[in-house]
Formats: sequence, C-alpha cells, structure tokens
Amino acid sequence: MSSPAPRMASDEGVIEAVRAAIGSAFVDARDAVGEVSVTVAREALVPAMLALRDTPGLEYQQLMEIAGVDYPDRAERFEVCYHLLSLTQNRRIRVKVQTDEEAPVPSVTSIWPVANWLEREVYDMYGVLFENHPDLRRILTDYGFQGHPQRKDFPLTGYVELRYSEEHKRVVYEPVRLAQDFRSFDFLSPWEGAEYILPGDEKVQGEAPGAPTPANADGKK
Amino acid sequence: MSDDQDLHMLDAALTDTAEAVPQDVEIANYMVNFGPQHPAAHGVLRMVLELDGEIVERVDPHVGLLHRGTEKLIEYKTYLQALPYFDRLDYVSPMCMEHSYVLAVEKLLGLEVPLRAQYIRVLFAEITRVLNHCLNIGSHVMDVGAMTPNIWVFEEREKALAFYERASGARFHAAYFRPGGVHQDLPVALLNDIGDWADNFGKVFDDAMSLVVGNRIFKQRNVDIATVSREDAIKWGFSGPMIRGSGIAWDIRKAQPYDVYDRMDFDVPVGTNGDCYDRFMVRVEECRQSIRIIQQCLRDMPDGPIASLDRKVVPPKRGEMKRSMEALIHHFKLYTEGFHVPAGEVYVATESPKGEFGVYLVADGTNKPYRCKIRPTAFSHLQAMDMMSKGHMLADTTAILGAIDVVFGECDR
Repeated sequence: MSSPAPRMASDEGVIEAVRAAIGSAFVDARDAVGEVSVTVAREALVPAMLALRDTPGLEYQQLMEIAGVDYPDRAERFEVCYHLLSLTQNRRIRVKVQTDEEAPVPSVTSIWPVANWLEREVYDMYGVLFENHPDLRRILTDYGFQGHPQRKDFPLTGYVELRYSEEHKRVVYEPVRLAQDFRSFDFLSPWEGAEYILPGDEKVQGEAPGAPTPANADGKK
Repeated sequence: MSDDQDLHMLDAALTDTAEAVPQDVEIANYMVNFGPQHPAAHGVLRMVLELDGEIVERVDPHVGLLHRGTEKLIEYKTYLQALPYFDRLDYVSPMCMEHSYVLAVEKLLGLEVPLRAQYIRVLFAEITRVLNHCLNIGSHVMDVGAMTPNIWVFEEREKALAFYERASGARFHAAYFRPGGVHQDLPVALLNDIGDWADNFGKVFDDAMSLVVGNRIFKQRNVDIATVSREDAIKWGFSGPMIRGSGIAWDIRKAQPYDVYDRMDFDVPVGTNGDCYDRFMVRVEECRQSIRIIQQCLRDMPDGPIASLDRKVVPPKRGEMKRSMEALIHHFKLYTEGFHVPAGEVYVATESPKGEFGVYLVADGTNKPYRCKIRPTAFSHLQAMDMMSKGHMLADTTAILGAIDVVFGECDR
C-alpha cells in the first residue's frame, strides 16, 4: 500500500552512513514509515550536526524544523527533534536528543542561524534549555507568561484568563474560572483494552514521574 | 537625510555662534515600534526597529500576538476534528494547509487515495496558490505605493473564492481535504466554470502585471532591496518563493512529488539576484504555472471515487447510510470515536504557496494525535528580517515584509 505522501530519494544505506559519520555520538536509529530517525548523544549534538551537514553523500544542508515532544513517563522526559533536509540528495532525516527540565541542549545556532527562533519556541513551549543560545527569550506566549504550555501536565485551558476591565481601564489577568467542567469524552471502545481506573485508585501508585501537581495561577503552591 | 549630513548641519550651526565650542555631538538611535496595528505589517506583527536616522540598524520582530495554541488544541481532538484548525493557520491559503495534514495522516495509516481525489486535491491546491499569490502580489504592490493592480487581481481572487464555496460550502474555512480523499465530489458545471476562469485569468493578470513589472517606481522600491545569497537562503531555512528568488531551483512539488504532481508538466521559476523584485517575479510566474497545472488537472481528471473506500477511515455516503446498518455504524463510530492511527511519527512537508509547510505528527495508536507540530513558513522567513533589513531605509521594510509573504495565523499558530 502506498499513500500519496511526498516521494523522495531512497533512504537505503543512510543509517550506516550516518553511523560512520557521527561516530560515538550515535545512540540509536530507526527507519519507520519511510523516515529515518537518528538519536544522538546530547553533548555531541553540534559535531554530529556538522558531520551530517558536511559529509559527502549525506549533505543535510537545511534545518527546517525543531520540534519538542513531551513524554512524562520517561526519565528524560523531553525529546527535541531536528528535521533536516538535503537539497542535493533530496532526502530528509530526523535527529533526536533527549533531555529533561534541567539539562541544557547545545544550541545549533552557530551552524544554522534559523535555529534561533526555533529553539526559542521549544524553550517557550517546553522549558527545554539551550546552551550557548544568543537570545533565549519566550517567543509565542504573552509578555510575562508563566509556565510551558505544551507540556502534557499543563491544562488545555491554562491558568489565567484576561479581560478588559471597565473599572481599571486596562486588561486584567485573573485565574481561569470555567462555567462547567472541561468535557473529555472517552470514546475508546471498552473491549479494545482501555484501562479504566476507578476514581481515587490513581492515588495508590503515587504521582506519575514528571507530572508534578500544577502550580496555581499566581505561582503559589 | 543621512547621518553625515545631520552632523555637518549641526556642526555648521554650532560654529556660526560666536561662543560655540566645538564638541562631539551624541546622537542616540531611534527605537521605533512598527505595528502591531499597522496596515503594512500584514497582521499583528510588532517590529522593534532601531534606526540610525532613516537607516535600519536592527530589527527585532515580536511575534505571537495571534498565538491560539493550535498545537495544544489538536492534542485534545480526534484526527478529523483537528483538520479545521489547519484552515485557520494560513487563512490566505487554507487548502494547502490541510494538504500537509491529510498527507501526514495518510502516510501513518498507509492509506491509498483514489486517483480522482488526488487530482481534485492538486486542482484546489493550485487554485489556492493563485489565491495566495494574488493577495500577496496585490498587497506587495500596494505596500510600495501602487493601487490599481491590487484591485484588479482581487477581482480574479474573488472569482476563485466562489469555486471554494461551490466545492466546500465555505469561502475560506473549507475543511475540504479529508484523510483518504476529499469531502465531496465536484459537479461538472463547477469544473467547466473553473476551466473558463483559468482560460481568462491570464489576460486580466497580464494586464495588471504590465502596470508594475516594468514600472520605474516599482523597480526603484524593489530591485536590489534585501538581496539574499544562495548560502544565506540555505542557512536561514528559506523555502518556496524565497529560496527560488535566490536562484535555487527547489520546489517540493518537483523534487518530492505528492499526490499527482509527478504527472503535471510545469516549470519552476527562479530569480537571479535574490532581491525583493525577484521574489515578486517568481510569484508572478508561479501564478501562470499554476494555471497550467489547473488546466492539466481539468483535462486529465478521471472518474471514480473521491475518497478511499476504507470504511474504517472514510465515512460512507449519506444515501448508503439509509439502507445499510453497517454504514450507519461506521458513520457513528467515525464521528464520535474517530479512526485510530497506528503508533509512529512522520514529518510531511508540502509546497504551500509561501514555502515548505510541514506537519510533524506523533501518533500513539489512539484516536487523537499525541503531538502535532506545525512547521510554518513565515517563522523561518520572518526571523531573517534582521539580516535582510540591516542597512536599508525604513521605507524598505514594508517592501521586504511584503516580499516575505507572511500571514500571522500561520506564524503564530
């Protein structure tokens, strides 16, 4: 079966070439759904990226995207995925590094200036820190925003809402008040192995790692 | 007035008075806010400009004023419910946004799409490209001072939007492309009208363009403004007309064809200087090439189903539901639970009118995406504003911004 997704040059032999090019930085590689993902050691990210860009035959010249993903169950909960594109070889590759809230990821802004905003976005959304980044500010969220909204433990509604106050003649921020509970339907069919946990049972296990109790809107516990 | 002249005049003024002591004059740079409410900012862009006289020293674009948390919302929706959010990203080219998403879902599902559906999607992707370029060309021309061409191409754009409405029921937020195909079939009358429009588009468009492409004022405002070399275009992650304007013939429709683009015969225009004028001209030529593709689609479109017949993904027809219990169950399940997508991750990028629009989709085997990262084109292009505007005049920033073709629904998500 073949879907009509973009068809590019074959990735045959790419994993071996990448392993040879980046040496000890290589951790793991997968070729799934027609796409190659390479996990590299966090400390060796910059030399590995340089090797991917400059090795003849690989030539991933362009950095198109940096995406953060949050897996709260893992010891190092964040994954930062770099999507590279080779204009000459007509291939794409995904380079991943793992990190947590504290360990910084080396910035690749020295290789690709475009990484500046892309890394700022990952920092804004997930709180992943980037080492040697020239200007690590928030980018998409409001001025003075607190928290990292794309984390899985950040509620969809957020903590604060704002409105224009006629009384104060300015925009005021207040804790979110929902008129009704957030509706989340469970459509998973019961005979396909959805796990039902009775209310209260989750306390037996203790809190899941990486999922601390959300802070209040004003940052106080 | 340049800085040097400023200084000379100040010096002259000082020396004219009898007791004047020659001294160094401290001139602080201006900091100017451009936007967030400015007609040439193309939306809610706030740029903090550091000006030395009228020369731009530094640009710090502040984006995110239109951030709506689309990626977060998508994580709480089923795959089908997530689709309409894509129309609201780049609201100037809605169907091209949907295109990346449906291709990503289909790639994860390994779903085959009938040929007619692929032709319809290419047809509307190209109508969308004309729509987008008409708006951009018109507003770019208006940003640098001309009025007429904008109004002329807007009329053509309005006609094309009528086709959107006749196909999907909505002028902008179409939600027409669906995983597995498209939502509804196109009536023959609509195809005829699209054909007539495509045949006549060239004349109106050429008339409008003849007013600007050779115009002295237009050239003065655009030629040699914000020249980007090939190396810079690669380093800054440019794509679409921005990278082609710099002379790199890179078009995802050609290099990594999706749907039936490999059956289409079209040319990829490239620029020679990499300035604003080249980027503008690339878009002008792309409109003409899109019309060629539209005509080929209309000529070659086969009959057949307009969506996959896999009932675990694509809901059945309304008429079928009246007769078949099975169809009714499928319909109910698809619009409540939705389909499940096998665990995996894909990054699918298509050539949207503005450049590479990508969707990085992480599925965990349930009916909702675990993570959906949207790669907007404007994000990469806009952060090159600083590099491109440095050393140019304040008035040039509008031309540079116009030639980037930025829409904030997409940039801020």
